[in-house]
Amino acid sequence: MSNEHNSHSEKQIEIQDTDSVVVRFSGDSGDGMQLTGMQFTDTTALMGKDISTFPEFPAEIRAPAGTVAGVSGFQIHFGSKEIFTPGDAYDVLVAMNAAALKTDIKRVRKGGTIILNTAGFDTKNLKLAHYPDGANPLEDGTLDEFKVYRIDITRLTKEALKDTGLGMKEIDRCKNMFVLGLLFWMFDKSMEYTITSLQEKFSKKPDLLQANITALKSGWNYGDTTEVFTTRYHIAKATLPPGTYRNISGNQALAIGAIAAAEKAGLQLFLGSYPITPASDILHELSKYKANGVKTFQAEDEIAAICAAIGAAYTGALGMTTTSGPGMSLKTEAIGLATMLELPLLIVDIQRGGPSTGLPTKTEQADLLMAMYGRHGEAPLPVIAAATPADCFDAVYEAIKISIEHMVPVIFLSDGYIANGSEPWRFPTPDQLIPIAPPFSTAHNNTAGNFLPYKRDEKGVRPWVIPGTPGLEHRIGGLEKQHETGNVSYDAQNHELMIKLRAEKVQKIADAIPLLQPDSGKDTGKLCVLGWGSTYGAIKSSLIELREEGVEVSHIHLRHLNPFPKNLGELLQRFDKVLIPEINSGQLLQLIRSKFLTDAVGFNKVQGLPFTTIELKQKIKEVYLT
Amino acid sequence: METTTSPIKLTAKDFASDQEIKWCPGCGDYSILKQVQTILPEYVSQKENLVFISGIGCSSRFPYYMDTYGMHSIHGRATAVATGVKVANPSLEVWVIGGDGDLMSIGGNHLIHLLRRNPNLKLVMFNNEIYGLTKGQYSPTSHKGLVTKSTPYGSVDEPFNPAELALGAKASFFARTLDRDPKHQQQIFRRVAEHHGTAFVEVYQNCPVFNDDTFALLTEKETKKEHSIYVEHGKPLVFGQTESKGIRLDGLNPVVVDLTAGVSVSDLWIHDETDKTKAFLLARFADIENMPRPFGVFYQENRACFDEELVQQINRTKDQKGRIPLHKILSGDKTWGIV
Ligand SMILES: Cc1ncc(C[n+]2csc(CCOP(=O)(O)OP(=O)(O)O)c2C)c(N)n1
Ligand code: SF4
Ligand SMILES: [Mg+2]
Repeated sequence: MSNEHNSHSEKQIEIQDTDSVVVRFSGDSGDGMQLTGMQFTDTTALMGKDISTFPEFPAEIRAPAGTVAGVSGFQIHFGSKEIFTPGDAYDVLVAMNAAALKTDIKRVRKGGTIILNTAGFDTKNLKLAHYPDGANPLEDGTLDEFKVYRIDITRLTKEALKDTGLGMKEIDRCKNMFVLGLLFWMFDKSMEYTITSLQEKFSKKPDLLQANITALKSGWNYGDTTEVFTTRYHIAKATLPPGTYRNISGNQALAIGAIAAAEKAGLQLFLGSYPITPASDILHELSKYKANGVKTFQAEDEIAAICAAIGAAYTGALGMTTTSGPGMSLKTEAIGLATMLELPLLIVDIQRGGPSTGLPTKTEQADLLMAMYGRHGEAPLPVIAAATPADCFDAVYEAIKISIEHMVPVIFLSDGYIANGSEPWRFPTPDQLIPIAPPFSTAHNNTAGNFLPYKRDEKGVRPWVIPGTPGLEHRIGGLEKQHETGNVSYDAQNHELMIKLRAEKVQKIADAIPLLQPDSGKDTGKLCVLGWGSTYGAIKSSLIELREEGVEVSHIHLRHLNPFPKNLGELLQRFDKVLIPEINSGQLLQLIRSKFLTDAVGFNKVQGLPFTTIELKQKIKEVYLT
Repeated sequence: METTTSPIKLTAKDFASDQEIKWCPGCGDYSILKQVQTILPEYVSQKENLVFISGIGCSSRFPYYMDTYGMHSIHGRATAVATGVKVANPSLEVWVIGGDGDLMSIGGNHLIHLLRRNPNLKLVMFNNEIYGLTKGQYSPTSHKGLVTKSTPYGSVDEPFNPAELALGAKASFFARTLDRDPKHQQQIFRRVAEHHGTAFVEVYQNCPVFNDDTFALLTEKETKKEHSIYVEHGKPLVFGQTESKGIRLDGLNPVVVDLTAGVSVSDLWIHDETDKTKAFLLARFADIENMPRPFGVFYQENRACFDEELVQQINRTKDQKGRIPLHKILSGDKTWGIV
């Protein structure tokens, strides 16, 4: 029993110790669930817990209020142990209306807690959520397996704010703060940080500031004083490695990774982009850095976006373009041009459910083969994928380093899951970042005659000579070029040579890639799980749990999809079985099987959703035991 | 483009690369290449700052023949590539080269957006009203009825009016010239070189192989004076074999008048490059029967350039906020320590 915070009540409160909790805030798009979730996340992080979050937005911007299509959710998994995924099942669900409950009840753990805003369950809301006539989940036993709190959050907020002089609409908008206050009480968290950020947000609107703070505190007090709640949760601080942390989403990490790499390379950063979910946030984020000379160009389409980035790269800038599936399709021809020109270029694909417009707000790993092969002619390129939100920083930094130092466009794969998800990040200091050396040249490389723009060094890399360099004027283009001179050439032997040289250049990048080590587990054994990209967290958690059950399985995770680390084949051979889980129908599987002739097996899910630990564990066990 | 003085004066020859020119004999492209090379020394003293960017087409081979920096990019996208070049380094002098198919068909979208953004670069459209490189299909500027490989029964496709399209897309400069008049071309390229903003020039270019003589009425001695009109700022619109015809504005209707029949030159339409309404009327001539085809600078205005405004905005923000140090970017605003 404890009452650390100023509590006015005399009631008996049970403190429940637990090592991790999954909370889901779910409501209508207009209910402010994203904001609530982010505030809850920040406070949780600041209190030293490990976290992983996952926001889920409705596909429709203004789906009718109260409908299932309009449900917006925010999921946070936090705890004192290491957290690698936003969690499979919810321990606590906050459902602001019937549609939210309908959407999310499937994933509440048996015996879990559900907090309901009863005002969201009137006949109108039940109808909008398409509950059959007369059916009401609040009354029909649907909720029997759960610990349910029915609170008229709408009315309580109204009452708390009745003297503020605000309109009904504005008062109603504060109900998310009531929820937040209540959850802070439940999880024994301070309101301080949220109050500070409200003060910043509403510095010019004192009446709204007051109302939000009042609603927040009312929620807290409701938990503290009413007899309704008798349990609070206590979670110890996480045992993360010591250091200074911040919370970061994948797209944020990617944006600042690009800024950091450009600065370390001494280059101007140029982003050409066209808005598309879930990549737009990178454009938004980078557009804020005008004071650092970052140039962002919102082009008329994805083709113009990448072409402008190619133009910028030609002048010696770090050219970058960001998009998602449909935009990748449009960029294809220009990626071929960049490959042919041999200019550095970062192409970011935040994968989403495809084909075509597909599932814009859902996640998928289905663009891997497109990244590998989706160009006409033979145009191999380095492909790099990030594993977690924070890993987007390191991975994009490395992708840019490879692109610049090897004069080659690099395709960077992330996906909706890690782009929007967030986790704590022990960020580096600038001096911890490895240097990046652009192969700029102002020197004539052929005293016997014309400058040779395609003369290569031992890595197969040509010099980066930019317009403005006197005496080295030269033309580049998409037509096949003669070895070294770069002049147009249709010579048969030369074409084959150039195809080979461009491919070799990409293969030689493997010399600069560290040898692969298992992420966890031994480097030999019965079974290894080989993953790439955002399946990292789910694989990692599964294997930790399996290890506790005495099942020893190794985890190998690939950041470099092309070229593969040099020892990948040899490493895989040391296992009896290789299991490759992917959010696609088996794309890495195909690459691995064809390259190493191993009999790897796939585990595939193409539902627009990440793997749950439960399903992955089950599959791993099954393969392990057969 | 600013005129700069330099110790060594460049000549037209300095702009010619060592690559063999591969256009068909008699192709209008030769003349355009020559005239551009001829006027450049008047404006450029450091050719390393010149960049020619092209798309794909016969005309788009142009950069290979220039001893400057250059990029032969992909079909239709030269305008987009050039925007990136110019935005990344506004101090470069950028010329975009493309054909009518390249710029108005596959690259039509980028063209209109380039024109509205108005970056400070030059844009030369070689209009031969045909797809030359792919051996003779009709293009979006081919006139209706044109018989080509892909329209054996004549095209039923309404063409663009490039001048109208350009002005509609807010071009800050539009001019027309033609391959067979080197002097006029040079005059216009000088104006192009001097314009601040996107200087869009349409050059009528004969393709003797796939669309020979499309512009014959405008180039042949016997007909050209009757069918074309050369406009100059501040001068009346006069044309005809003996300069005996003029154009008068009847409200917003242009009418051809006979100067030998009592109409005085002072009654004629005086060309005003700054008048956008009249520029639109000039653009319309191509679609009005019996109107001569105008050549010269239709319209010119000075307005903000995208590349420069972006740099100004960056500088303003730098002044107001100061550069954010990298360690600050890495840490963000909210951090916590774990010991
Ligand atoms: C994406 C793409 N589609 C089609 C082509 C084939 N192609 C090359 S040039 C061209 C048209 C050329 O016409 P124009 O732009 O008028 O140039 P011209 O050859 O007449 O100078 C076409 C269709 C191509 N190179 N790329
Ligand atoms: S095909 Fe026509 S446009 Fe092309 S080079 Fe030959 S003459 Fe010139
Ligand atoms: Mg043409």
